[in-house]
Amino acid sequence: MIVTPQKARFTEPLKLKSGAVLPEFEIAYETYGELNAARSNAVLVCHALNASHHVAGTYADDPDNVGWWDNMVGPGKPLDTDRFFVIGNNYIGSCFGSTGPTSVNPATGRPWGADFPVVTVEDWVAAQACLADRLGIERFAAIMGGSLGAMQALQWALSFPARVRNSIVIAATPRLSAQNIAFNEVARQAIMTDPDFHGGHYYDKGVVPRRGLRIARMIGHITYLSDDAMMEKFGRVLRRVTPGFDFDVDFEIESYLRHQGDKFSNYFDANTYLRITKALDYYDPAAEFGGDLSKAFARAQADFLVVSFTSDWRFSSARSREIVRALLDNRRVVSYLENDAPQGHDAFLMNDARYFGALRAYFGNIAL
Amino acid sequence: MKEAEIIAGWISPGSRVLDLGCGDGKLLKHLWQTRQAPGYGVEIDDAKAIACLQNDVNVLQLDLEDGLAAFADRSFDYVILSETLQAIHAQEPLMKEMLRVGREAIVSFPNFGYWRARIQIALAGHMPVSKELPYQWYDTPNVHHCTLVDFEALCAKLGFRVLERVVLTGGRPVSLLPNLLGSLAAYRVSA
Repeated sequence: MIVTPQKARFTEPLKLKSGAVLPEFEIAYETYGELNAARSNAVLVCHALNASHHVAGTYADDPDNVGWWDNMVGPGKPLDTDRFFVIGNNYIGSCFGSTGPTSVNPATGRPWGADFPVVTVEDWVAAQACLADRLGIERFAAIMGGSLGAMQALQWALSFPARVRNSIVIAATPRLSAQNIAFNEVARQAIMTDPDFHGGHYYDKGVVPRRGLRIARMIGHITYLSDDAMMEKFGRVLRRVTPGFDFDVDFEIESYLRHQGDKFSNYFDANTYLRITKALDYYDPAAEFGGDLSKAFARAQADFLVVSFTSDWRFSSARSREIVRALLDNRRVVSYLENDAPQGHDAFLMNDARYFGALRAYFGNIAL
Repeated sequence: MKEAEIIAGWISPGSRVLDLGCGDGKLLKHLWQTRQAPGYGVEIDDAKAIACLQNDVNVLQLDLEDGLAAFADRSFDYVILSETLQAIHAQEPLMKEMLRVGREAIVSFPNFGYWRARIQIALAGHMPVSKELPYQWYDTPNVHHCTLVDFEALCAKLGFRVLERVVLTGGRPVSLLPNLLGSLAAYRVSA
């Protein structure tokens, strides 16, 4: 499947949850499949921290660049693009094409950098709704995401209850725990204390806070994998014949983390990383209801599929069960799958026959 | 007469139903089609949970042994435990949970007091194997068998009232000596 990224430009100011206003913005997106005549088969796919609008397929000029959820989305796949019109989008504040810190601030003619406002999950959903309007989609057959993407799928059902028929919420949490926030703060500190950070205005200086980004990614990566998966994949295997009794790479896992950190620091923007982790930290739809998630979901109208993975310690199954409990309290139609895939949080990206079978069955039941 | 028909007959139209150990969701589908009773199934097995989705039945993949914490007090009209009681480790807490969550509980189980089961133990000297109890003792998911008398004694101990009872053998209702002649029992119980 050859796809072409597109951009939609919006010149109406977007008022953000923080009170700040984004005077104009662009959203990068891709589409797969065809919108039917009734406009009833649209599915919005929301991405997590480091992914983008490139959900599935490849580019004509870059055949090795396969979309991040290509195993899930495509012709004959669980989210079947022969039946559904699927939209991948890059949320605002990101660094893959939608307006973010690396974009030009119209007020100054220079990159926003540190002046780009802190955006939230609610802001992303509001911006995605502008894209939906532009594409002529009044109501989505489904909105789907994993991890931070799942928060968007949840928030859609709260921000625009009438515009979502099914919300598919995978490897989610309704709010970050103190431990989750703690990991994010360590990552942010790594970036902000990098001498090349320059308070976020590093673009002008021609440098990148690469050391900070590397460490942030290494920390993040540890939380995406289960203890068992990491042990299974790397064990205590050494990179050299005997321990070096120095501080070069001894263990495979060290080499892996350094590699992941290096790779990430070459393509990801530090200002974006700071903002996305803040969006995660702030997300808490129950906050305005005294912490009562059931009250928060009272306005939802969608049907829900919630999927968790038992080896996920970042957003554990117990967090997904809180979502299920709140939906049951509101008598929503909901199914919940607790998959015992071993990979940890990243299991939501893996091809597991049970997980994929369940999604295939769920999508199969969505009438168009 | 099938067990599903008995249960459907007990459920008033439009009731909210929770089916514990719902398998592939066929009973819930039947209750939706015949009684317009919306519901959820609870099923721990992966393949059966997917089968529920294929049958367009709401399924929650939870472990019954962990209790029913996901469900609020009195949030269902009926909580069903169909031929699952004998596979539960802790019956007493689950029975209490069923009548916390539901107005009424419907429980069915293979009767271990059925004469064929008794004969297999008493005369042949081995654990019963039959249509209702198809497993060998070493590969059975069943851990706590009981008879009609045993179940009614548990209900009495918990202070639960038996509202209705139907006993079947080979799909036919049994009224004479049910604990001896019935192979399957279904009860409607309230707190």
